[in-house]
Amino acid sequence: MTPKPLITLVSVGGFIAVWMVLASLVADPQILPTPGSLVGPFWAELLSGDLTYHLSQTLIRVVLAFAFAMTLGGLIGFSMGRWDHVNRWLDSWLVVLLNLPALVLIVLCYLWIGLNEIAVITAVTLNKIPNVAIMIREGARALSPDMDALAHVFRMSRLARIRHIYLPQLAPFIAGAARAGIAVIWKIVLVVELLGRSNGIGFQIHLYFQLFDVGMVLVYALSFIAVMLCVEWGFLQPWERAVRCWRNP
Amino acid sequence: MISVHVKAKHFADTQVLRDVRFSVEPGEVLAIVGPSGIGKSTLLRIIAGLDQSFSGAISAPSKLGMVFQEPNLLPWRRVLANLTLMHPGIPEVDIRAMLERVGLSGKADLWPRQLSLGQQRRLALARAFLGAPGLLILDEPFTSLDRQTRDDMLALTEGLIREHRPATLLVTHDRAESDRLATRICELRGAPATLHPLASAL
Repeated sequence: MTPKPLITLVSVGGFIAVWMVLASLVADPQILPTPGSLVGPFWAELLSGDLTYHLSQTLIRVVLAFAFAMTLGGLIGFSMGRWDHVNRWLDSWLVVLLNLPALVLIVLCYLWIGLNEIAVITAVTLNKIPNVAIMIREGARALSPDMDALAHVFRMSRLARIRHIYLPQLAPFIAGAARAGIAVIWKIVLVVELLGRSNGIGFQIHLYFQLFDVGMVLVYALSFIAVMLCVEWGFLQPWERAVRCWRNP
Repeated sequence: MISVHVKAKHFADTQVLRDVRFSVEPGEVLAIVGPSGIGKSTLLRIIAGLDQSFSGAISAPSKLGMVFQEPNLLPWRRVLANLTLMHPGIPEVDIRAMLERVGLSGKADLWPRQLSLGQQRRLALARAFLGAPGLLILDEPFTSLDRQTRDDMLALTEGLIREHRPATLLVTHDRAESDRLATRICELRGAPATLHPLASAL
């Protein structure tokens, strides 16, 4: 059997090969530069400190919005899944927020709160909360009544119930919400930065869009994708493996 | 001592239990038999405090041990943790001693799904007896076991009851189980179900 890292390597290599073929077919570096031609600008941006500065700004926003969205969405979803009357009250709110375009929320937050960091985090968090809440609600609905009975009979403390009864059952739903969340949140953050911030990857992409510099747009976009892949491989996947280890001992 | 008086229990408009009244002394084992769906498990859930929508009164010791129809272990926690989490006040040495008593020494670091069904039921039994419960509830604890394993489990349960002397309620379909463990046998029958003494088994 082919080892998994090798498949990943070949897959990434295939992507770069397709890009190179397309770039040679287009034969216009202003529209699609080759991967190799991006190394120079990337290195220059890295050495100047601009790339790390804008990356860190975006990353801070992503982390904050992710933390708020997961916490609030998780609590709301759990309450809706456990208590039917809460679900009845909040279900229509959820439907409204789910169907509200991200752009509308971003613009409204900027208009109501101002062009500042609070508006950015609020807009991104509000965009993501409904998706997280829905996934965790399904998890809370699927909680085993037998486990509830066990916790009741043996008088487990509230904290012990959360840690040893609820969270392990919710873990696959939390992992799903986290993976889907992180992927969507960073894309929304870029739009928010593009519309109203003076730093971050979104701001830089907007800047180089105005200069019609496709190469620099790709440098910034790919750099951030690389960071998010590191988060996926370095944090999300190991965490998922750890919480699933009891299934295949 | 446990004292139970369930005047009535309804599911929607259907009354399932009527005027069920009994008491059990420490060391005594009351077996409740009856056909499926008659309300045996409902009665146990009421006594365990899992169902509070009934009319009547239950007086029971605060320390309760229960063996469910399924082992109901935490599959995401190891064997030892399945006991320590339910009994945080009990020293680990005593918990390991109980594991040895039920024949699970050397299994403390395994995951529950690495145990056979018989071993899982032994673990559930250990969990119920730890902490010296004043009331022990056994809800068809030997179902789905082969004959040999069931006989071993019956002997183990019998020994543990003799050692710890809780007031015990056993619900079972199997007359052989009730004859072996119970000091008194009652039957739930009728609609709504009422309780009828059958025999003094021991």
